[in-house]
Amino acid sequence: MTTQTASRYTAEYSKIETTLPGGSLPWLRALRSDALKQFSGCGFPSLREEEWRYTNVSGIEKNLFEPRLEPSDNQIDKDWLENYRLADCWQIVLVDGYYSAEFSVLAGLPENVTIKSLKESLEAGDGQIEPYLGKAVGIDEHSFVAFNTAWFTDGAYIRIPAKTVLDKPVQLLHVVTDPNRLAATRNLVIAESMAQAQVIETYVGVDQAYLSAAVTEVFVEPNADLTMIKLQCESEKAYHFGGTYVKQARDARFNHHNFAFGSLLARSDIHSDLSHGSECHLNGLYLGVKRQHLDNHTRINHLEPYGISRELYKGVLDGRARGVFQGRVVVAEDAQKTDSEMNNRNLLLSNDAEADTKPQLEIYADDVKCAHGVTVGQLDEKSVFYLQSRCVDEETARNMLTFAFANEMVTKITQKSLHDLVLAEVLKRFPQQGIMQDWL
Amino acid sequence: MLNIENLHVSVGDKPILKGINLQVKPGEIHAIMGPNGSGKSTLSHVLSGKSGYTVTQGQVTYEGKDLTEMAPEIRAREGVFLAFQYPVEIPGVSNIYLLKAALNSIRKHQGLSEVDAMDFLTLIKEKVRLLEMDEKFLYRAVNEGFSGGEKKRNEILQMAVLEPKLCILDETDSGLDIDALKVVAEGVNSIRSPERSFVMITHYQRLLDYIKPDFVHVLAHGQIVKSGGPELALELEEKGYSWVENKQAA
Ligand SMILES: Nc1ncnc2c1ncn2[C@@H]1O[C@H](COP(=O)(O)OP(=O)(O)OP(=O)(O)O)[C@@H](O)[C@H]1O
Ligand SMILES: [Mg+2]
Repeated sequence: MTTQTASRYTAEYSKIETTLPGGSLPWLRALRSDALKQFSGCGFPSLREEEWRYTNVSGIEKNLFEPRLEPSDNQIDKDWLENYRLADCWQIVLVDGYYSAEFSVLAGLPENVTIKSLKESLEAGDGQIEPYLGKAVGIDEHSFVAFNTAWFTDGAYIRIPAKTVLDKPVQLLHVVTDPNRLAATRNLVIAESMAQAQVIETYVGVDQAYLSAAVTEVFVEPNADLTMIKLQCESEKAYHFGGTYVKQARDARFNHHNFAFGSLLARSDIHSDLSHGSECHLNGLYLGVKRQHLDNHTRINHLEPYGISRELYKGVLDGRARGVFQGRVVVAEDAQKTDSEMNNRNLLLSNDAEADTKPQLEIYADDVKCAHGVTVGQLDEKSVFYLQSRCVDEETARNMLTFAFANEMVTKITQKSLHDLVLAEVLKRFPQQGIMQDWL
Repeated sequence: MLNIENLHVSVGDKPILKGINLQVKPGEIHAIMGPNGSGKSTLSHVLSGKSGYTVTQGQVTYEGKDLTEMAPEIRAREGVFLAFQYPVEIPGVSNIYLLKAALNSIRKHQGLSEVDAMDFLTLIKEKVRLLEMDEKFLYRAVNEGFSGGEKKRNEILQMAVLEPKLCILDETDSGLDIDALKVVAEGVNSIRSPERSFVMITHYQRLLDYIKPDFVHVLAHGQIVKSGGPELALELEEKGYSWVENKQAA
């Protein structure tokens, strides 16, 4: 071993260590120190690792992204931010890695519902965090999780109490306002037994290079029903690494919609562990243009019998963009009667675009129903001709078909303000925006 | 209206149409019959501008203009309509949207303004009733999950709304039961006019009981081997295609 650590970030750690929340909590200090050790040992993932073989993250070592030591007092372009604020939602806003009371909208929140800064809750000595933080994902999962665990500055802490149906969705708006900023946030979402809620994660930032590194741990307790939407609209110069790690208890239902539109390079991990009779739906849409690289990892672990999982990820790749889908479904020996389906469909709009798709099924039980399918292809020429024969010019026909392909995932969003935002983000990426709009 | 002269068409190196001659005047109905693989659909595709075919000889004029020079959508806007033998499913694009987009492009092509939303609804609802379709079909994705018969009706619905000048029906009757066939025939008959012409490709004389053709042609091995009046269809049904094919060879 050389004395040099695997990452330049490790050397910087001492500068921020004392400012990180939870320093007075022994359990968290221990967790952070283990995470730092884990990260120092291996640094960011390399292409040699199977789970990272399509995604080269060396760019984040070349640029040393720096965390803020305290909340930002930057001026934020409010008109710009307004585009991403959803009407009819509780909003918790994180700016450059810190909770912002100024931008958050939480007045009138029912008393028993928690939507708070994780930092503040830790500092106030909330004993309800320890049983959850670091329990949906371990620091050995991959080094971004270790990195996040050591570095996180703040995050959202959301807890829906048992039997509570939240009347409005919660929007977690993650904003980066500085160039070369590292925003490392840790979020905790707990839907207690029989609770029902919707949580929307939105990632945006200024048109600069920065690094978002977020880990969201999610607990869906017995028979609870949680829908989460992730809308990643980071700057096209930014790096985004975001993982959502879910533990579903017995009969718990979890729906996830993952929209990956922004970033120069983005990696998303969605993992869920299912228990007896839990149900999990993962939907995804990645739209890559120019030189974007969008990597999507999903993992569904069926650990107990009678679980149901359905997964559909779609990708549209233009220019020199590259999309990656690695979907893994594991059915444990005990998980009899599992019913699982996974699909990944990719549309390549240019000769230089690329899609790498790797579905993996690992089945250790014998009485299960599992299916998977993948496609990578161009637009169907028969369909283009059919539309032309109905008077539609070729360019519009191609746009229509591409849009229709993508829109299937957008129409799954029922909440109006969110649907409209996702749709607007999709349309932004279409050259014939006006025509498409007219068509809806 | 349509003038096909000595048309030779190949796919790659393979000649498929080998000297077709056909003249269609305004208001006429021509039936084209012929064995499987004889080139009937190829002819319909070439007329509507599908790519992948090479015209190696001959010419096709439509209203005096060279049809082969026009993009498919221009032909469609100029009034050429193909009812597909195998209509294509377009998930995510609703029937009603496509109808409106198509109608408006025709109007634009003709220098007219966009159709008024209310007038449009009234028009399509009338056509939907004519074809005995459920209005729900309008809001479903084009042909997606439609049964074979529903797809064929949908083609005729589009034709009835767009009111083309030259209607090419490629086996619209195949796979239809007798009731559906009557409905489709009624749809066709409802838009017959002295200016509008039809080329109907069919295997079955039954269709011609409901839509009486002026001419019947037999296409075999890429050529029209025999032409006649409606009685030819009956004769073909009785004696089979080998009768004309053999006569050709003899
Ligand atoms: N794209 C193609 N590549 C190669 N051969 C083709 C292609 N399209 C058509 N053919 C061939 O051309 C011939 C004519 O096909 P076409 O579909 O026009 O026949 P058809 O008369 O419509 O038959 P059917 O009655 O079965 O509909 C067939 O031998 C067919 O295999
Ligand atoms: Mg045919």
